[in-house]
Amino acid sequence: AALKGRLRSQVSAALKEGRITPTELCQRCLALIKSTKFLNAYITVAEETALKQAEESEQRYKRGQPLGILDGIPIAVKDNFNTAGIETTCASNMLKGYISPYNATVVQKLLDQGAVLLGKTNLDEFAMGSGSTDGIFGPVRNPWSYSKQYKEKSVPKSHSEDEESNWVITGGSSGGSAAAVSSFTCFAALGSDTGGSTRNPAAHCGVVGLKPTYGLISRHGLIPLVNSMDVPGILTRCVDDAAVLLGSLAGHDPKDSTTIQDDFKPFELPNLTDFSKLSIGIPKEYHAPGLSSEILALWSKAADLFKNAGAKVVEVSLPHTRYSIVCYHVLCTAEVASNMARFDGLEYGHRSDKKESTESMYAATRREGFNDVVRGRILSGNYFLLKQNYAKYFVKAQKVRRLIANDFVKVFRSGVDILLTPTTLSDAAPYTEFIQEDNRTRSAQDDILTQAANMAGLPAINVPTALSERGLPVGLQFIGRSFQEKQLLTVAKWFEKQVQFPMIQLEEVKRHDNGVFQHQKSASFS
Amino acid sequence: MAARGCGGVWRRARQCGVGGPGSGPGPSPRGQRAVACNARGGAVPAGKSGLAPWIPVVGLEVHAQISSNSKLFSGSRVQFAAPPNSLVSFFDASLPGTLPVLNRRCVEAAVMTGLALNCSINKKSLFDRKHYFYADLPAGYQITQQRVPIAVNGSLSYSFCIDNKMSQMVTKTVRIKQIQLEQDSGKSLHDDTRSQTLVDLNRAGVGLMEVVMEPDMCCGEEAAAAVRELQLILQTLGSSQAVMAEGQLRVDANVSVHHPGEPYGVRTEVKNINSIRFLAKAVDYEIQRQIEELENGGTILNETRAFDSKLGCTVPMRDKEGKQDYRFMPEPNLPPLILYDTKSLPANMNHQQVINIDWIHERLPDLPSVKREKLVEQYGILPEHSFTLLNEDGLAEFFESVVKQTQMKAKKVIGWIVNDLLSYLKQHSLTVKESPVSSFLLADLLNLLEKKEISSTAAKQVFAELWKGEGKTPLEIVKEQKLELLQDQKELEQICQAVIDGQENE
Repeated sequence: AALKGRLRSQVSAALKEGRITPTELCQRCLALIKSTKFLNAYITVAEETALKQAEESEQRYKRGQPLGILDGIPIAVKDNFNTAGIETTCASNMLKGYISPYNATVVQKLLDQGAVLLGKTNLDEFAMGSGSTDGIFGPVRNPWSYSKQYKEKSVPKSHSEDEESNWVITGGSSGGSAAAVSSFTCFAALGSDTGGSTRNPAAHCGVVGLKPTYGLISRHGLIPLVNSMDVPGILTRCVDDAAVLLGSLAGHDPKDSTTIQDDFKPFELPNLTDFSKLSIGIPKEYHAPGLSSEILALWSKAADLFKNAGAKVVEVSLPHTRYSIVCYHVLCTAEVASNMARFDGLEYGHRSDKKESTESMYAATRREGFNDVVRGRILSGNYFLLKQNYAKYFVKAQKVRRLIANDFVKVFRSGVDILLTPTTLSDAAPYTEFIQEDNRTRSAQDDILTQAANMAGLPAINVPTALSERGLPVGLQFIGRSFQEKQLLTVAKWFEKQVQFPMIQLEEVKRHDNGVFQHQKSASFS
Repeated sequence: MAARGCGGVWRRARQCGVGGPGSGPGPSPRGQRAVACNARGGAVPAGKSGLAPWIPVVGLEVHAQISSNSKLFSGSRVQFAAPPNSLVSFFDASLPGTLPVLNRRCVEAAVMTGLALNCSINKKSLFDRKHYFYADLPAGYQITQQRVPIAVNGSLSYSFCIDNKMSQMVTKTVRIKQIQLEQDSGKSLHDDTRSQTLVDLNRAGVGLMEVVMEPDMCCGEEAAAAVRELQLILQTLGSSQAVMAEGQLRVDANVSVHHPGEPYGVRTEVKNINSIRFLAKAVDYEIQRQIEELENGGTILNETRAFDSKLGCTVPMRDKEGKQDYRFMPEPNLPPLILYDTKSLPANMNHQQVINIDWIHERLPDLPSVKREKLVEQYGILPEHSFTLLNEDGLAEFFESVVKQTQMKAKKVIGWIVNDLLSYLKQHSLTVKESPVSSFLLADLLNLLEKKEISSTAAKQVFAELWKGEGKTPLEIVKEQKLELLQDQKELEQICQAVIDGQENE
């Protein structure tokens, strides 16, 4: 079906051949967004502008002058990217109702290539979290909670109330984007990835989640969490689509001084055939406490796949990775404290009614505008940056970060091309279970396998691999060398083909949406 | 090191010895000035310390606004007195998601200034965030260079005359600790009646060079002379317009006093100084105040004080925030600033992307000190006159132009420039460019004088006529007013004879 197809080979071709129009495609996505509203994946749906963009795209196709593969393709964007004219909230009271006057560079690039922006997706407030449960618009529900696969395998509950409480989280913080892609409401979505925020929900929602090399994609317009680690993330249904998106987004941006100077040459992924020169590293430290036995088994099965194909598979060591979480905690909170200082209620965003003095207005604004998680991080970050603490915490954390990054350099220098690791410790937790722990504990646990790549700025990708015993997606992560996305994606693509991850069967959606899915099916083609 | 380059010792605040190597002769009552500007009157009670001398120590932090078309990290225009908030980019207003992009021109201006102040230029410098909450600081932090600034370890030589006597010039040197690039803040306007604060962000993000001078000065006069020289250098380089009245040059003075052989005293920081004249006054007042405070058994607080130009004194500034911890951290959105010299310049580098220190060095204009030397050498004028020529914008050029157009010796021309032209300009508060007497007209006049066609008294009369700016040439004025010197001997004899005859007839 075009709606579930691959961008380059299927959807784009269908659009070109006129088998479906951009407007039809957009309308179907909008309808599906409505029927999956209970997932809470979107904060804002930009129906009107999306249809207008689709109409413009349609004109281009009619003239035979589409702008490229992305022309007419419905996409969604995490709500921490600025979008001109469409609310950008960061799922925070601080920015509720905030309409940015400009587009983030990545958003602009997508629009310039004809993509249709459906809306803005849900997240943890200011992307601080690993569940997509801590935003002011409520938690995102994992579409797999409503899949036939999960229903069949999870312990059957007799009462509908229990069913209601049985839904699992998407992971985060880009959970809205992952859920949007996973539930077919869009073809691709932008997330952001600071400690795993794209790969983690991708793993839980059974989609591809790419965190590119730091500096490859512009951060201009991405509301920062940790500037030195943030990268725009790409969520798609397959590795090929991720390569398409990467090609349309990567390259120098004069508005972001940390982007590479050179232009980026988009690539199509070849089929991997020669394994004789491929060396896959298995970092032993990723066999972390709490790693579920089924993921461990999957991981070693994946290693065997490569071995059997003829690749060299070696165990490697990244000894400093275990300090990654505590190190991240210091660096992240310090930058958060700094980045959040601008939200004082003066120029934009929420402003408290308290007016006794400028200071009391600041204090009330920030108390009312930020949730406990954000305020907690600001507090600890400011503590680490105090003159008497700076050397003890911040400088030390920077040094540890260097050690963590150097571990990777050494491993890659030893001849390893790609590292293979799990993305998460286990499959997605039910919401009721997840919220038993606080955000900080959760983030620390959930980022453990993804975060080191951010510390080192390396490209990493989650590839959906299999369903767990409970019928939920499980993914594995590939980490590549800096700016070697092509190699990374080529290997990921081969792996993706081997594992044949099953497509989600959204039973529940069918029930919820009064047959939109049925309509889809009848209108689809292959 | 105690007040290097400054031999000044104040005895009971009354006298300031000038001594020290290379300075003028013997002690002189320079401290009188400080006493004179003491708002509480001149009487200094005999303190417990009796006659123990005081050594004042003065260091300066100078903020010079960089003369550039656009701001340090954004494309907004830089313009003085534009309508409020008309020069504000998304970045300047700190809209979420915006990032700084370093302005090449600002870096070049800082490199030029660093080279002119004999600094070593750091080939790698870093940017930091300095945090504090203030209404005119939209991001909640200022981007500055706290750890590794762009230029360090320089020096500035400056001269001034003792007792206002042009003949007693003293030259001193102050060490430059560093020059750092940083963002200017916006402006807050407090409307107390309506109890509101209005914020203008036009200035927010304009590039500043903070020039930090070591505490090598010992009185207001030295501080003033150092800043004046810095101002001239900046204006010569074009790196800053450095007009204090427009806030392009802002000076904070750190002042302390101590006894010889003892460690430096507690220092105060004096802000709100908006002219060079007030700088001298503020520093001298503060020295005097501290000495009196200490001699009366009091203590000096490490505080920020503001200079009140109307009262001529410094007053404590209300510091609502108390002690600030600026929580410095590296600016993560700007890579290290890398500069090259010809040796280190990578071969295949795009010239638009690199700054070559040597290239800038080779193109530095003549600095004021060199210009003065050249003037003295070329025209044989007195060193102090070279200072006067450079102190007025365009005066040296005016002088040189006159010299070129007249047969009169430069040594004589300078008298007309510094005595006549300058005093007329001062009297009428005009700049050199606004002078109604052009260099051409003055040269014309001096030629008449040089050819002895008029007397020097008559020349002054003609000059006064020329000043009216009625478009007459000196020769026309001379003819009109019959001011010619008589060259014809016969005619002269006849006049003399007539006078004698007249006498005899009586």
